[in-house]
Amino acid sequence: MLRIVGRHTLSIVHALGDFALFIGRSFRASVGSRKLGRRIVRAGFEQGARCLPVILIVGTFTGLVLGLQGYYVLNKFGSEGLLGTLVSLSLIREMGPVLAALMIVGQAGSALAAELGIQRNSEQIAALETMGVSSHAFLVAPRLIASLLVYPMQAALFVTVGLVGGSLSGSVLLGLESGTYWSAVERAVESQDVRECFAKAAVFGLLTIGLCAYHGFNAHRCRSATGAQAVSASTTRAVVQSCIIVLAADYVITSFLV
Amino acid sequence: MADAATEPLLHVEGLHKRFGEHAVLAGASLDVPRGRLVTVLGRSGAGKSVFLKCLADVLQPDEGRICFDGRELKPGDAAVRAEFRRRCSFLFQSNALFDSLTALENVALPLEQTTDLSDKEITERSLEALRQLELDGHRDRYPGQMSGGMQKRLALARAIVTRPELVLFDEPTAGLDPLRRNAVFAMIAKYQRQFGFTAVVVTHDVPEALVASDRVALLDKGRMCFEGTPAEFSASSDGVVCDFRDSTDALGRTLAAIRRGEALQPEDS
Repeated sequence: MLRIVGRHTLSIVHALGDFALFIGRSFRASVGSRKLGRRIVRAGFEQGARCLPVILIVGTFTGLVLGLQGYYVLNKFGSEGLLGTLVSLSLIREMGPVLAALMIVGQAGSALAAELGIQRNSEQIAALETMGVSSHAFLVAPRLIASLLVYPMQAALFVTVGLVGGSLSGSVLLGLESGTYWSAVERAVESQDVRECFAKAAVFGLLTIGLCAYHGFNAHRCRSATGAQAVSASTTRAVVQSCIIVLAADYVITSFLV
Repeated sequence: MADAATEPLLHVEGLHKRFGEHAVLAGASLDVPRGRLVTVLGRSGAGKSVFLKCLADVLQPDEGRICFDGRELKPGDAAVRAEFRRRCSFLFQSNALFDSLTALENVALPLEQTTDLSDKEITERSLEALRQLELDGHRDRYPGQMSGGMQKRLALARAIVTRPELVLFDEPTAGLDPLRRNAVFAMIAKYQRQFGFTAVVVTHDVPEALVASDRVALLDKGRMCFEGTPAEFSASSDGVVCDFRDSTDALGRTLAAIRRGEALQPEDS
């Protein structure tokens, strides 16, 4: 039993170290990489524009539900006027960066893992290396850098449409004064909350896009499967681990910031 | 001291490579003279592709030396290896083309990433390479929209656009019918002479290799058991060479025996 626990612990530590080296190697390789800006813009488009519909839809419905549930709870204490405070702080401090990250993982992260896995299988990554092109700089670094910029922007968008959703359910459906809602939002939100939101989103971006790239890039090292099944297994692992890491990192960051 | 012109461009000595318990290369050596087309023959699974990938720096050999233009490629010597990669191209069996890039973008990729040429110069050189490979009418097509032969030519265009001194071909005719095999070998021989690069081709197609190559080597059980000209290969009385070279005759004898109703003898006994 002890041996099994030890072996698993060692393999987890080894995997974490390998992941950290992968991220470090990618950033180091990006120094002096040619046409990096162009590839960052393309990666930004994949993580940004392509994920826009899902961010807008999920953000709106999250705000609507928060508005309904919040009104129901606050009404019991006669504090409906605090609905704006509840919705805004919930969205900015927690739900915005977390849910936006999960949506981007589902849309862009899974696509990234599958794309890199297929490129590994079809020897495109090996071809880059034989051309003298760093595959880390060409394929991974632009995605990582783009994630540091795009995730906070997507989180901000998610929060914005969520606040509008909260206002819709609070004011339009349940009859709360619109001014009461928005003035509560204005009073509650401080610049520290916004900074925390952006910091969390950037960390989630780096971790999730890093994980998706890592699993896709190393699809050939998958022990349980080969070929197309290895790509499938790597993609699944990338998405599942990304979702877990978002929630775990959220807890760690929050516990330091609160 | 050896004259640079007569010294082989690529000198390989005692390559060993194991995958777990399985030794694929067991002391393979080869000299590749400048400006020549050298073909490495061998049965399927003999380790030809592994040998070539060790030459291309895709795989690391466990033991042995690889010298390019007189300088040894050591694992820790990043500068020499970078220089080697700049002067060498590799054609994968699967072509390894980027399916999300057009033909022009595929060819331009190594220039964009490894040179300081302007966008205009990159486009001009890429179009020139496409023209030389008779693909200039397909610049905006994706590899998936091209035939197998066109993909092979596109991969070659990408390989020669950086004007390499050494091009390594991994089973360029695998899975092709005899007519296409001839066409691919003719293409390699034609462009090798036209551009003057040194070529190493691994294949198991004996007749085509003998016609197109300047030198031939035979890989068997992880070692080169023959190295010489095609004429020497044809005249060799070495048992392994004879088995490989005369495999078609052996098939004829086997089929004749089957028709006569004789019991088959296991070949490897």
